[in-house]
Amino acid sequence: MRSPMPGLRYATAALLLSAGICAAPALAQESSDPIKLTLHDWTGQLITTELMGEVLKKAGYSVEYVQADYLAQFAGLETGDLHVAMEMWETTGRDAMDASTATGKTEVFGPTGMKAKEEWWYPAYMKEKCPGLPNWEALKDEACAEAFSTAETAPKGRYLGGPVTWGGFDDERVEALNLPFEVIHAGTDAALFAELESAYQRQAPILLWIYAPHWAPAKYEGEWVEFPEFTKECYTDPAWGSNPDALYDCGKPFGEIWKVGWVGVKDKWPGAYKAVRAFTVDNSEMGKMITQVDLEGKSVSEVVQAWMAENEARWSEWIKK
Amino acid sequence: MASPAPTIGAGSSRLRRMGLATGTGTLVAWVVALLAFGIVWQTAELYASWAQEYPKTWMVPAARWVSAFMKWLVNEASFGLFTFTDLTRFLAALVDTPYTAARSLLSSGLLSGRGSSATQVLPPLSWIAVVGVVSLLGLYAGGVKLALLAGGCFLLLAVFGQWDSAMVTLASILVAVPIGVMGGLLIGIAAYRWPRFEEAITPLLDLMQTIPVFAYLVPILVLFGFGPTAAVIATLIYAMPPMVRITTLSLRGVAQEIIDLGRMIGCTRRQMTWRVLVPSARESLMVGVNQVIMLSLNMVIIASMIGAGGLGFDVLAALRRLQIGAGLEAGLAIVALAVALDRLSQGFARKLSQRSPASEQRGLVARHPFTLAALVLILATGLVGLAVPAVQAYPPALEISTGTFWEEGVKWININFFDTLEALKNAVLLNMLVPFKRFLGELPWLGVVGLLAFLGWRLGGWRLAMLAGVLSALIAATGQWEKAMITVYLCGVSAVAAALIGIPIGIAAAERDRLWRWVQVVSDTLQTLPSFVYLMPAVMLFRVGDFTAMIAVVAYSLVPAVRYTALGLQKVDAGLIEAGRAMGCTRWQLLTKIKLKLALPEILLGINQTIMFALSMLVITALVGTRDLGQEVYIALTKADTGRGIVAGLAVAFIAIIADRLISAGAMRAKRRMGLV
Repeated sequence: MRSPMPGLRYATAALLLSAGICAAPALAQESSDPIKLTLHDWTGQLITTELMGEVLKKAGYSVEYVQADYLAQFAGLETGDLHVAMEMWETTGRDAMDASTATGKTEVFGPTGMKAKEEWWYPAYMKEKCPGLPNWEALKDEACAEAFSTAETAPKGRYLGGPVTWGGFDDERVEALNLPFEVIHAGTDAALFAELESAYQRQAPILLWIYAPHWAPAKYEGEWVEFPEFTKECYTDPAWGSNPDALYDCGKPFGEIWKVGWVGVKDKWPGAYKAVRAFTVDNSEMGKMITQVDLEGKSVSEVVQAWMAENEARWSEWIKK
Repeated sequence: MASPAPTIGAGSSRLRRMGLATGTGTLVAWVVALLAFGIVWQTAELYASWAQEYPKTWMVPAARWVSAFMKWLVNEASFGLFTFTDLTRFLAALVDTPYTAARSLLSSGLLSGRGSSATQVLPPLSWIAVVGVVSLLGLYAGGVKLALLAGGCFLLLAVFGQWDSAMVTLASILVAVPIGVMGGLLIGIAAYRWPRFEEAITPLLDLMQTIPVFAYLVPILVLFGFGPTAAVIATLIYAMPPMVRITTLSLRGVAQEIIDLGRMIGCTRRQMTWRVLVPSARESLMVGVNQVIMLSLNMVIIASMIGAGGLGFDVLAALRRLQIGAGLEAGLAIVALAVALDRLSQGFARKLSQRSPASEQRGLVARHPFTLAALVLILATGLVGLAVPAVQAYPPALEISTGTFWEEGVKWININFFDTLEALKNAVLLNMLVPFKRFLGELPWLGVVGLLAFLGWRLGGWRLAMLAGVLSALIAATGQWEKAMITVYLCGVSAVAAALIGIPIGIAAAERDRLWRWVQVVSDTLQTLPSFVYLMPAVMLFRVGDFTAMIAVVAYSLVPAVRYTALGLQKVDAGLIEAGRAMGCTRWQLLTKIKLKLALPEILLGINQTIMFALSMLVITALVGTRDLGQEVYIALTKADTGRGIVAGLAVAFIAIIADRLISAGAMRAKRRMGLV
C-alpha cells in the first residue's frame, strides 16, 4: 500500500500493527473475495475442510464452503470457480489429480500429514473360522476361502472390492497371489459399508476393502489382512515378490492424502496459500475426531471448535506472517 | 363421454373388427427373418467372427472426437467479439441472479459482503411466514383442503428438522421451474409454428431426456462454473423437454373454432398466440408444469453433487454414515416438497380453467385479499421474529426424529430373515437373471441389428427400419456392444417385472376410487423419493449386485405402468362396455376381451414409459456395482473423460430411442387395427 502523505502511512502502519495484535491481520494486498473450499460427503473430509476454513477465518480471510463431488470438483478447481480441496487421496484420487495438475491450472498444496491406508479387512470373529489370519497366506487355504463364500461364488471365497472407479488392482492381486477368491465390486463406498454393517449384525462372514481414516475401523472390531508390504517395484516389476511372473503380488499402497487447489490461490491470497500449505494433522487425531462425529453424535463444528481450542499454538503458527 | 344407448350397435360392430386375425403374409416374413437370424447366429462363430463380435479395427473413435471437440469449445470457440465460454458464463450469471434472490429470501437472508465475512442485513422469511404463504396459496387455488395439505407438508419439514436444507432446495426449484416452464413454452410455441423447427429439435429432446445426466455433468461444470447455477442448468436440460412436447401437443389440440374466431376478430400473430392459443390450452399446459416440477425434484440428489447442497446432500451424507433413518427423513422431505408443489400447481390449473368473472372494480383489500394477507403475515412474523427467535426459526427443541427406528427395523429383518431373502434372491438370480444375461451376451451383433431393422420395417416401414438398424449398429461401432447388452438385460428384466406388478395394480385401482387415491400417493412417493434411500437397505439385505439394482429399477419404473394402465381403463368408451354387457359378457370377459384390448395403446405407452424410467435409473444402479453403460458413464465422470461419458450416454439414448420408436409404432398399429384412429 502506498500513500502520498507520510502521516497517513504511519497511521496505516499503526492500524496494521493493532490489527496484528488482534490476530486478524488481513493484509491489504490480498483479495477480500471469499476463498472457496470444497466439501465432499465423508466426515473426515468435512472436518479437515472446516478446520482449514476456521483457521483461515482467524487469519481474517473470508471463507465459503461449496459442496462438490470428489472427482467432478477438478473441473471447478481448474477454472478457478473453486479454490482449495483439502483431501485428495493418493490411493483413489491420484490419477485425476495428476491429470488435472498436468493442465497447469491446479497445483498440489503438499501433504495433509494424514496417511491413507487401504487394505483387505475382516471382522475379528472371522479369526475362529480362519485361524491363520491376519497373514495373507491363510486365505490360500480352501476351508478358509469357503468360509468367506456365498452361493454365487462357492467354493471360492467372496471378496468385496471397492467401486470399479477406485482401481486398486484386486482382480490382478487375486490372480498373482493365486487366492481362491472372487472379486465383487461395490458401486459406492456407501454400499461397501452397508454390506459390512449387515454382515456384522449377523456375525456373518465378510472380507472387504476398507480404508482409513474412517469410522468403520473404530466401530467394528477387526483386522487388516497382512500382505507382503507394498513397494513401487511390486507394481512395476513382475520379478518382484512371490510370483515371479506377475505384478501386484503385494499389498495396497499406503499413501499421503494431498491438498490440491487452483493455481491462482498463490497470487490472490498469498497468506492463505502459506496457511493451506502449512496445514497438517495426523491419523490418530483425525480418527478420534471422526469417531466423535459419526459414532458419538457430535456435530462437525463442535469437534472442530474443540480442536481449535486445544491446538491454538499449532494453528497460529500456520497463519503467522 | 358419449351416452351409452345409441352407440351399442356401432360398438358391437367395432368389437367384431377387433378380433381380426393377423394375415399369413406377416407370419411368413417372421419365419424368414427368424431363420436368417438363427443362421447368422450359428454360423458366425465358425466362419465369420466379425458378425459375432464387432472387430476392434472397425471401431469409430467417437470418444476421442467428442473430447477434442469439447476442448476446442471450451478453449477456442469464439463468435468474434466473445468466446463460447463467455457466452455460457453470461448465461450462468443470468441464472445466478434470481437464484441468489430466492436463496436470500428463503434461506440465508439478505447478506452484505461475501463468504464468511458477510453479515446478515435482513433475516430470511420466517418459517411461520413460509408455511402461512403456502397455505394461503392453497386456499386461493383449491380451498381449505388444499391449504391444509400444502401447509401441512411444509410444517412437516420444520417439525422433522429439515427446514434449512429444504429451503435451499426450494430456492433452486423456484428458479429452475419458471425458467424450465417459460423456456419450454417458447420452444414449444416455436415448434408449433414452424414444423421444420420441430423436426430439428425432436431428436434433440429425445437425447436430452435419455442421456444420463452424469454424462454431460463435466462439460456443464466447465462451461457454467461450479455451484448451484450449474446444478440448475443440469436440472433444466433434464426437466424441460416434457414441457416443450406438451406445449406443442396442447396447442395443436386447441379447437379449430377457437382459432377461426381469433382470425375473424382480426388477431395479429402475437395476439393469436398469447391471447387465444395459450389461454385455451392452459389446462394441458399445466400438466407440463407439473412434469417440470417432478423432474426437477428428481434431480435434487445429482444437483447436490455439484454444489447445490440442500436435501440431496443430506441424503447422501446420511447414507454414507449408514444412518438410514436420517436419510429417509431427508428423502421424505423431498417427497413432501414434491407433493405440496404438485398439488398446488394442479390446484392452479383447475382454478385457471374455471375462470372467475372478470375482475370487478372494488376496493384494494377486496380485490387482493390473499396477497395482502400474505404480506401482512410476512411483515408481522418478520418483526416479531426479531424479538422472539422461535417465530423466526423453528425451535430445535420441538423437532422430532424417527431416531434409530429405521436402523433397528432393518437390523431386525436382517438378523431374522436374511437367510430366507438370500435363498429367494439366489433362486431368481441363478434361474432367471444369469441365464438371460448369458443368452443376450452370446447373440451376434449383426444378427441383432438385422432383427431390429426387420422389426422396424414390419412395424413402421423402411424409415423405422433404417433408424433401428443404424442406431444399433452405431452402438456396436463405438465399442459399447457388450455393455449395451448388459444394459438391455438389466432394464429388460426390470421393465418386465415392473409391468407384471404394475399392470395388475393399475387394473385393480382403475375402478376403485379409494384404492386409486392410495395408489397415487404411493406412486408420487416412489417417483420423488431418492432411490438412494432404499438402495442402501436393499444392499444390506441382498448384497451388491444385479438383484439389488433390479429392485431399485423396478421400484422406480413401476409407476408409469400403474398410471397408464389405470388411465387407459378409465378412458374406455362406456358405450362399448355397455355393448359387451348387452352381448352377455361376464366380468372377466368384459375385462379381457373389451377393456384391456381397448386400453392397449395406453398400456403400451405405459410400458414404453416404464422402459424409459428404467433406463434413466442406470446411473443409480452403477452405484451398486453393475457393469452396464451406467457404470461406463459413471467411470467417465470420475475420470472427467467427457468423450467417453458422452459416447456411453448416447448409447443409452439410442437404446431408449429404438425401444420408444418400436413400441410407439406397435401401439399405433394396434390402434389402427381396432379402429381407434
